[in-house]
Amino acid sequence: MGKYLLERLGLAVLTLVLLSMIVFVAGQVLPGNPGRAILGHFASQSAVAALNRQLGLDKPLPVQYWDWISRFAQGNLGRSYQYSAPVSQFLWPALGRSLELAVVAFVIVVPLSILGGVTAALNRGKAIDRIISIAGLSLATVPEFVSGIVLIVIFAIELEWLPVDAQSQGSFFTVLPSLILPAIALVFVLFGYIARMARAGTVEALDSDYVRTATLKGLPRRTVVFRHVLRNSLLPTITVIATQTGYLIGGLVVIETLFNYQGIGRLIYDAALSKDFPMLEAGILVIGVVYLLATLIADVLYTVLNPRLRLQGAE
Amino acid sequence: MATTEADDLRSGGVLDASSKRLRREQLRLLVRSRTFKAGAAILLVWIVCAVFGGLFRPYNPLAQNLLNINQPPSARHLFGTDNLGRDVLSRVIIGSRDILVIAPLATVLGTVLGTVLGLLQGFYRGAVDAITGRVVEAFLALPVVIVAFLFIVAVGPSEASLIIVIGFAFGLVISRTVRTAVLQERELDYVAAARLRGEGAVHTMFVEVLPNILAPIIVEFTVRLGYAIFAVATLSFLGFGVRPPTPDWGADIAANAQYLAAGYWWETLFSALAIASLITGINLIGDSIESVIIQ
Repeated sequence: MGKYLLERLGLAVLTLVLLSMIVFVAGQVLPGNPGRAILGHFASQSAVAALNRQLGLDKPLPVQYWDWISRFAQGNLGRSYQYSAPVSQFLWPALGRSLELAVVAFVIVVPLSILGGVTAALNRGKAIDRIISIAGLSLATVPEFVSGIVLIVIFAIELEWLPVDAQSQGSFFTVLPSLILPAIALVFVLFGYIARMARAGTVEALDSDYVRTATLKGLPRRTVVFRHVLRNSLLPTITVIATQTGYLIGGLVVIETLFNYQGIGRLIYDAALSKDFPMLEAGILVIGVVYLLATLIADVLYTVLNPRLRLQGAE
Repeated sequence: MATTEADDLRSGGVLDASSKRLRREQLRLLVRSRTFKAGAAILLVWIVCAVFGGLFRPYNPLAQNLLNINQPPSARHLFGTDNLGRDVLSRVIIGSRDILVIAPLATVLGTVLGTVLGLLQGFYRGAVDAITGRVVEAFLALPVVIVAFLFIVAVGPSEASLIIVIGFAFGLVISRTVRTAVLQERELDYVAAARLRGEGAVHTMFVEVLPNILAPIIVEFTVRLGYAIFAVATLSFLGFGVRPPTPDWGADIAANAQYLAAGYWWETLFSALAIASLITGINLIGDSIESVIIQ
């Protein structure tokens, strides 16, 4: 198992290096002339050249990449063009706010979708199974801003239960009510995937020989479901929950824009609109790191929790 | 076209089944085909709006009327008017145009790219597969919207860059599916036979292997088409798609979302429902095709 985990870690690092190269190429090479982009059309050629030199853009690309990534690895995320201030000053608080929103979404979606998926599997073929599956599929494929609009119209405008905008300032519990609507919009997208996986895992476990044995030896249905089915069926669900963090972050860009919430999605969006490439690159790289960490942790958890994989190395 | 494909596969799928299973399959397929009909009907409505919408739209979707702004739905304006006094219903009808051009083109591009890349990876394996595979994994570590973001900002927003960026991102995803299918096929006897006959790699890949992996590619295409609608709508909403004042569902939602707080829900809700219905329609079609192909 140790060898597998090391291999997995190595792949994650390799992926991260490749990802950083992609971000570097997209952020530093494709836009052409950053000096011109920063100073605008009317700046003199010499000023543009001086700024490009100051930014290190006259050096060869591999040198630029190395400078950029080694500064990044030391925690220096560069200076934002739009604010003329260190990127980290904006990025970390924004990431924290996004995590708060993500936590609220996950706290709602994980139990809900596991319950939904397991219920669907236990009632396989019946109406409730169809309803949960179809609802999950439909919700998962509707863009977050579409379901977000519907939620706002119903709960914020018609019923006036919750605010239209999400608050960014204040402690977690003061902003919590305003996070519920954006979190639910994210829950809609995530529910379908996680529930589908929980259902598939449960169906597979229900069809297995050990569950038949457990039933035939006379164990009550409850015991069979909780002791034998769920323990096996929920393992793959862990992996799906982790891979969904990627979708979650994509969704955050949209949801934070719609609900006017100052998270990392909104930060990246604003950076993109104002061509603030250092901020954009840093934000995207941080998102990549978060995603890779989440999938890595999920793989490790999966291996640790699954006795078949855990014991493989020991044999 | 999708109907005939599904019908062909349906008849092919049940031929070799026993009679009891056949009846059950037919029953299930009937349910599936109803799904398909529902999806096709929704898609057809929007295609009619996109192609012939100019003939039956009640007003010019660009015509502003500043004396008649933010009017709620009424007999004169069934979906109300927006903050410039434009008829929302007309904008919803005409707004189907761009998304129904951009999303399918992006999906076609992605399917072609993904098929070629997947064939090469699965067929040659080894170093080609390992290197391109890692790059694909690195791209897939980012949400499609974020990848699109980065490149659209770098190359500038336009319809063409939307098609290329979404097509490219989807090509990477589709290449994974195609690669897996090719890896299974290449072990089969007919591929060995082609090799023994002395056929070239290109011939073996595109003439021998490709026809045998069309089923997963078709399924992937319909699934991706739904996601392409999702991506185009999202990027338009974020301001990277169709430029105002051209009617567009995503862009119209973005432009009017700020008036939601004032209670003007009709300016955004109908475009939102339009997107949701189009995606649902395509998913219903994809779902029915997938279930029939997998049988």
